Amino acid sequence: MFTEELLDKSSLMRKKWEDEVKKVIAKNADQKERWSTVSDLEIKRIYGPEDIKDMDFARDIAYPGQFPYLRGNQATGYRGKYWTFRMFSGMGTAVETNKRWHYLLTTGQTGLSTAFDFPTLMGYNTDSPKAKGECGKCGVAIDTIDDFRDLIKGIPLDKITTSMTINPPATALWAMYCASAEQQGIPLSKIGGTIQNDMLKEFIAQKTLMCPPEPSVKLISDTIEFGTQYVPKWNTISISGYHIREAGATAVQELAFTLRDGMEYVEDAIRRKGLHVDQFAPRLSFFFNAHIDFFEEIAKLRAARRIWAKAMRERYNSQDPRSWWMRFHTQTAGCSLTAQQPYNNVVRTAVEALAAVLGGTQSLHTNSLDEVLCLPSDHAVQIALRTQQLIAEETGVCNTIDPLAGSYFVEALTNEMEEKAWEYIHKIDDMGGMVAAIDKGFPQMEISDAAYKFQQQIDAQEKIMIGVNKYIEEDETVDIPFLEIDDSVEAEQLERLAAVKRKRDGRKLAECLKDLGNACKKGDNVMPYCIEAVKNYATVQEICDVYREVYGEYRDPGIY
Amino acid sequence: MKELSKKVLEGDIRAASRLIRNLEDQIPNTYIAMQEIFGKTGNAHVVGITGAPGAGKSTLTDELICAYRKKGDTVGVLAVDPTSPFSGGALLGDRIRMLRHAEDTGVFIRSLATRGAMGGISKAVGEAIHVMDVLKKSKIIVETVGVGQQEVDIINHAHTVAVVLVPGMGDEIQALKAGLMEIADIFIINKADRDGAGKLYKETLNMVNMSKDNKNGAQGWRIPVLLVESVLEPIKFAESVEALRDKIDEHYQYLIDNDLLSERMRRKTTAELNEALWGTILQPILKDLHADGEINRLVDKLLTKASDPYSLAAEVASKYMK
Amino acid sequence: MSNRKIRVLLAKPGLDGHDRGARVIARCFRDAGFEVIYTGCHQTPEMIAAVALQEDVDVVGLSCLSGAHNYLFPQVAKLLQDKGANDITVIGGGIIPEKDMAGLYEAGIKEIFTPGATLDSLVEWINNNVNPKE
Ligand SMILES: Nc1nc2c(ncn2[C@@H]2O[C@H](COP(=O)(O)OP(=O)(O)OP(=O)(O)O)[C@@H](O)[C@H]2O)c(=O)[nH]1
Ligand SMILES: [Mg+2]
Repeated sequence: MFTEELLDKSSLMRKKWEDEVKKVIAKNADQKERWSTVSDLEIKRIYGPEDIKDMDFARDIAYPGQFPYLRGNQATGYRGKYWTFRMFSGMGTAVETNKRWHYLLTTGQTGLSTAFDFPTLMGYNTDSPKAKGECGKCGVAIDTIDDFRDLIKGIPLDKITTSMTINPPATALWAMYCASAEQQGIPLSKIGGTIQNDMLKEFIAQKTLMCPPEPSVKLISDTIEFGTQYVPKWNTISISGYHIREAGATAVQELAFTLRDGMEYVEDAIRRKGLHVDQFAPRLSFFFNAHIDFFEEIAKLRAARRIWAKAMRERYNSQDPRSWWMRFHTQTAGCSLTAQQPYNNVVRTAVEALAAVLGGTQSLHTNSLDEVLCLPSDHAVQIALRTQQLIAEETGVCNTIDPLAGSYFVEALTNEMEEKAWEYIHKIDDMGGMVAAIDKGFPQMEISDAAYKFQQQIDAQEKIMIGVNKYIEEDETVDIPFLEIDDSVEAEQLERLAAVKRKRDGRKLAECLKDLGNACKKGDNVMPYCIEAVKNYATVQEICDVYREVYGEYRDPGIY
Repeated sequence: MKELSKKVLEGDIRAASRLIRNLEDQIPNTYIAMQEIFGKTGNAHVVGITGAPGAGKSTLTDELICAYRKKGDTVGVLAVDPTSPFSGGALLGDRIRMLRHAEDTGVFIRSLATRGAMGGISKAVGEAIHVMDVLKKSKIIVETVGVGQQEVDIINHAHTVAVVLVPGMGDEIQALKAGLMEIADIFIINKADRDGAGKLYKETLNMVNMSKDNKNGAQGWRIPVLLVESVLEPIKFAESVEALRDKIDEHYQYLIDNDLLSERMRRKTTAELNEALWGTILQPILKDLHADGEINRLVDKLLTKASDPYSLAAEVASKYMK
Repeated sequence: MSNRKIRVLLAKPGLDGHDRGARVIARCFRDAGFEVIYTGCHQTPEMIAAVALQEDVDVVGLSCLSGAHNYLFPQVAKLLQDKGANDITVIGGGIIPEKDMAGLYEAGIKEIFTPGATLDSLVEWINNNVNPKE
């Protein structure tokens, strides 16, 4: 990066500066001895040319739209198009959520994103004993295609993309989407959207569990294959670091485990389905967390793009630049928000959103200030959305692409993130891949270690959370309006489900489910069978029960 | 204490668990309850499951419970996990793999921490087995902590010891030669989905065939080597664990048919007597020495070489055992 | 004077998988010298109560972040009471709105810990409030 002459000069000057620092701190000690990121990565007092002297501009940095895509996939950056303002929402019944969606589309939101309630997320019906007390609480309840049709009523499926945060039952929900589109006369080739459909991070972090890792990956490869063939505009997976981070991982762990998950899916689709990497890789998408440590997050996102581009080109011999692009959605960190003095959360979210934007995200969800306390109120959601719009249109940060490139600190930190991530990736390679590593409990333990350490640092005030361990307001009263789903939703949904169960053709349904089971046993792609089943009013649970029966049920091994 | 044993004999789960706890915590006078109970024990078949950390012992135990329930047996499980040497606390993690049996009244699972015991089980295990026994559990499974070759105390308590081996641990066979061979009545090759399972199976079989006899005091019993299907294939896994169950029962029957059970019982009972003697004689003395600080004075004498451990021990003995 | 070691059951009733808190607390309790049994996610109140009895724990710690605490926590407390295990201390944690607290205390939950409680305060609470009987 630099001439010898400059480096010599710089090192002399640095020496001088260091002497000066020593003198000063001999008299006035620093406020604390060790300065580190929220992930406990130690940061130097200053960075200079020496810290990035081994970088090669063409090889390591380049311009946007050029390998290794450190500075972004698109040549035009945010001038062509801002990121998608995508706010996650869902609650109560499908009809209520549909109403909310229509409202959101009038506020300038450009993509929809669905939160499902816990029974739906876990593949249980509202009438399952396991679902008691949970219906509609943290998202929308979907049991059958009838609910799904209500959910998307009046939404132009060929124009608006919808993201569905759904994992074990992803095939069932996607089948409902496909079947509904067909019934509306919209061909599968025209619909676009995303299913999260990332089971590895569930085992690692989020614990929405159904079947063991191996068959779970198989189901995901089915969706990748089906999407490649019939639904080419659909992102069949959103490989997620968000939840890994929320579970207590460091930034490096989030980066490494997420990318290694991505590699596992790529390898499985190639091996199991015989696909060429470039047939499906352009539709892989990622989902990261934007935590509170500003520069660490920017470095993480930049490093992510560079690692993925290299991995695709070098590990998998991908020829198509679209496969090299890492496209990702970002959500600000729920775990950084506090129930204490909740209005401070607006500030946290703004800083995190700014980091996501400077890291070059393609899509963003900003958390609402009240999310730690309850379901977000309309007003809180509005502030969160306005935060994004404000960053985009007032602050001027979108004027130029990747404005932090070339910063000694940001580039050095980006390099450090990448190096440390590769270390993890190689370690997991040596274990035999991510499924094997999960089986050993490796990523789970690493995250638990980090989470425990962080909590101890909070307790010791080595890390600060305002309102929690510093600047505490005694006797604070929280004046947040509470939005709550009352229990009548459960009764209503139970009635809806019962009505569907009364009207459907039981014999036809049983046949569909049997076919699905056989497809599972034979290793065939389950998607066509799922679509047939949901058309015949199979419930989400009925489909998942077939999987549980054939593949076995996976219970939380409780590694900690 | 009598109250407690009465409740245990009536089948009260909480009381049984509390009695086990009294044993673990070495609450004085617990022996009174055990006196009531001892005469009614000796009916259950005690099965030890042992093997390296993470070998799949708990997963197997979980499925073995199913297999036994299917046959109409009632099952008690004592699952031992290590105590942290630093804090004295413990994470008792075996139980989590057996949660599906939580509400089955024919199954009683109790987790124990080693509390510093080195043999792969905790000191209370022997007596806890008695407690499970009087609860009329026909099968009592003891899962040891993940052990190396030295932690073989389980043979003092189980009628049948199953040793779980998994491929990919590198030096399994070495370990076998060194120690586990001595205690195994059955070898289980687990994690059949892993590379090397077939090879490990053959090696183990060879080794078993080469050794002349079961060293574990069951003359004529050929140690079987069972390949258990992968847990990833739930149906096959269940079937192969049923086969394991039958093998375990066959071993027990063999002991009975060949009058070998009494030999095992003798060993088990001897160990218990040892424990009881230790508890009744040595422990009060130690407690005494600690209580009045005498122990420190004795240690000081050793540090200054004013005396030696043997003379001191003789001195203490003569003082207490008149 | 007691030799008693405190035994704690940590459980996550309900369907949410946010177990970060539970995992951190499990380790913290081990380091505080307690014997900890953690059930992992997705347990029913019935299972939790059954395990608490079999394990003779002194404390059942419930963590729920799904919003279903008003059903799940009291249900665990009730099942324990039905079995005559009134002496088992049931505590809860998670995102519990202020207005739900009274109802939970009423139902027999002894203490509710909300985000921000330090690990030390948890351990201290248990050491002060839980006295396993001889
Ligand atoms: N691949 C594979 N993994 C298995 C199999 N059986 C168990 N496991 C996994 O191995 C890990 C350890 O299983 P456990 O049953 O807890 O092993 P354990 O021997 O009881 O472990 P400790 O009590 O900690 O010593 C878990 O992640 C299981 O899911 C198997 O057949 N194949
Ligand atoms: Mg175990």
